[in-house]
Amino acid sequence: MSRVIVLGALSAIGEATARLYAADSARLVLAGRNIERLEQVGSDLIARGAAAARSWQVDFAACADPAGELERMAAHLEGPVDAILLFFGALGDQALAERDPGEAARIIDVNFTAAVPWCLAAAALLERQKAGALVVVSSVAADRGRQSNYVYGAAKAGLGVLVEGIAHRLARSGAHAVTIKAGFVDTPMTAHLKRGGPLWAKPATVARDIRAAAERPGRPIVYTPWFWRFIMLVVRNVPAFVFHKTRL
Amino acid sequence: MTGFVGQDQFLSWGRVERVHQDVAAPAFRDELKGLLAQPDNRSLLAVGLGRSYGDSCLNGGQRLIDMTRLDRLIALDSTGGIVQAEAGLALGDLLRRIVPKGWFTTTVPGTRHATLGGLLANDVHGKNNHRAGSFGRGVRRLSLLRSDQGQIDLASGEGSDLFAATIGGLGLTGIITSVELELTPIRSAWLDVERIAFGHVRDFFRLAAESAGSHEHTVAWIDCTARGSELGRGIFQRANWLDDGDLVPHAESALSVPFEAPSALLNSVVIRAFNGLYWRLQKSGRARQRMHYAPFFFPLDKVSHWNRLYGRPGFYQYQCLVPPSAAEAAIEELMREIEASGAASALSVLKTLGPSRSPGMLSFAREGATLALDFANRGAPTLALLGRLDDIVRQAGGRLYPAKDGRMPADMFRAGYPEWTSFAAHVDPRFSSNFWRRVAR
Ligand SMILES: Cc1cc2nc3c(=O)[nH]c(=O)nc-3n(C[C@H](O)[C@H](O)[C@H](O)COP(=O)(O)OP(=O)(O)OC[C@H]3O[C@@H](n4cnc5c(N)ncnc54)[C@H](O)[C@@H]3O)c2cc1C
Ligand SMILES: NC(=O)c1ccc[n+]([C@@H]2O[C@H](COP(=O)([O-])OP(=O)(O)OC[C@H]3O[C@@H](n4cnc5c(N)ncnc54)[C@H](OP(=O)(O)O)[C@@H]3O)[C@@H](O)[C@H]2O)c1
Repeated sequence: MSRVIVLGALSAIGEATARLYAADSARLVLAGRNIERLEQVGSDLIARGAAAARSWQVDFAACADPAGELERMAAHLEGPVDAILLFFGALGDQALAERDPGEAARIIDVNFTAAVPWCLAAAALLERQKAGALVVVSSVAADRGRQSNYVYGAAKAGLGVLVEGIAHRLARSGAHAVTIKAGFVDTPMTAHLKRGGPLWAKPATVARDIRAAAERPGRPIVYTPWFWRFIMLVVRNVPAFVFHKTRL
Repeated sequence: MTGFVGQDQFLSWGRVERVHQDVAAPAFRDELKGLLAQPDNRSLLAVGLGRSYGDSCLNGGQRLIDMTRLDRLIALDSTGGIVQAEAGLALGDLLRRIVPKGWFTTTVPGTRHATLGGLLANDVHGKNNHRAGSFGRGVRRLSLLRSDQGQIDLASGEGSDLFAATIGGLGLTGIITSVELELTPIRSAWLDVERIAFGHVRDFFRLAAESAGSHEHTVAWIDCTARGSELGRGIFQRANWLDDGDLVPHAESALSVPFEAPSALLNSVVIRAFNGLYWRLQKSGRARQRMHYAPFFFPLDKVSHWNRLYGRPGFYQYQCLVPPSAAEAAIEELMREIEASGAASALSVLKTLGPSRSPGMLSFAREGATLALDFANRGAPTLALLGRLDDIVRQAGGRLYPAKDGRMPADMFRAGYPEWTSFAAHVDPRFSSNFWRRVAR
């Protein structure tokens, strides 16, 4: 039975991941801002086999003491924490961010600034335990700045470097950290985009990779679905004079 | 907050009609109210996994609410066998939770990729219809969200007209937000399945009558491509649940048809060859077999997106129901008409339905025989053939299944469902569908 803290349990990918743990009778803390929705997700996870699903109301960007909050969540799990999973984030509006510094700040805040103290708190907790995984969901958008979403990409890139550093820090501790670089996933975050086609994955598919990453140390960066590793290898290496002719 | 986004990717299972619709896919029930309160007067329709073949799950130029993200279990009582869930929960997902605990839904259709809301709105029937009745019989309660009355909780047995209108109500009475179902106990995930080859429709009816008492599940595959004296040959399948305690649920299928096939792929030569081969394999195969529920109930789910095999033009399913007295003659006549046309039905399924009353006003299932046929869409000749089949069905006092229909004339619908006028009084003023505009206007 695993013990798992889900930061951003109302995200579609987060909920899909929690379902995988529930099927194996995990004990879960579900953190997010809307308590009624958390209760709905929690009842579902219980019906799907979770041993416990505790709703935890928190605004990650407005929390004064992430470390303390995380400790209290862990205490609820009554035992060592196997995984701390971080899902919260927002795509934001790139075009708006170019005109309105407030939107740019919001994108950086949610995806980076707010996530940093939670990651550091998680690292400290897992380091003390000498076991467990921190898995943080970043994006393939972090691999190369593109005109369509580079503010978001920059925030996720910053987050990726942070988690890479934590992975290094934890390397000899028994705990580990992973950055997930997710491709296009069919969730409310991408509802406004034109979707469909082989590049689009379901949350459940991505969730399987996230869970596998939490259980297997030694791979600090995981692309999901797997083929994005190769797509991004190409995208990163396309020379600028070619790349700049695209509207990606 | 999820909003509506214009797109042209949502197709029904037959893929004949391609329409532009504004689609919203809410992730939480509390978003539904906002989606109903759109300022303009374009109509709405809630849909599930789009496994209806025709246009009852389409709302061209208007709005769709994709319910599939609302797929949470609300409560599962695994002692009493009652489950409450959001309407977008897929049957397959539900079965994976309840089978290991020794439960099954009261009936299932031929696919597990259908949502509870969709199963309810079509009041689907299964291979055990002669015992368990239609899906609606297992519905204890449902919650409906309407544009004019807000949230309404309805229970079976209260004599509510709105409840009866919603079961089999084609999504027109409002959004079904959650459903409470009574479950059936099982002691195994496996069935004892028997296959009997028959040479004539007459033999089918004899087998069906003789098995109704002894077997919980019956269905027949008919070789509608056979000619002359072989016309009407088929394989009758009957089964009962085993009780060996092995409650392993199904696994998700891995095979898929990734792209639309060229439309010439499923031509009548291929279909004839396929049906002939299937006939020979099945006739000589093992007569009795222990079989898991997934291949027994959901044989087509083995390959996802198999509907793409029909290519760009898509296909029509034609499913009729004819009353018992006229059944044998009508089914024979339908098959002769198909034979004469030279068109080939890739897959033809024949089943007798039992006398138990379906709870919905527009429920399709009632006592008689139902024949389901798949025809590649070849345009005018296909539609002309289906028109001739209509005449036979009408003569026999039968009707067509809206879940499978994308073309029946309005008068055919009205003749088959005389209750449609009382039903119409319960339609939510903001709701409509391509199907409804076609048959009721
Ligand atoms: C391979 C295959 C085999 C099948 N076998 C059978 C069979 O044996 N017996 C049988 O009866 N049917 C059968 N069907 C048909 C299928 O069971 C029905 O069409 C079913 O309703 C599909 O569910 P769905 O979630 O895809 O609904 P959709 O097709 O998306 O919608 C169906 C209807 O339900 C309404 N609806 C859906 N969700 C809601 C909601 N939440 N609130 C209000 N209205 C809603 C829609 O408006 C629409 O009118 C089969 C289909 C396939 C593809
Ligand atoms: N979908 C994709 O294609 C894709 C691709 C790559 C990476 N990702 C990443 O995957 C993660 C999950 O996203 P998703 O696709 O599952 O989208 P989602 O369903 O929209 O989830 C985003 C979640 O973040 C929460 N959140 C944002 N700010 C918050 C705050 N201050 N406090 C509490 N919660 C907050 C949102 O909660 P509220 O509902 O309360 O706002 C929402 O539940 C995100 O980090 C995203 O960047 C997604």
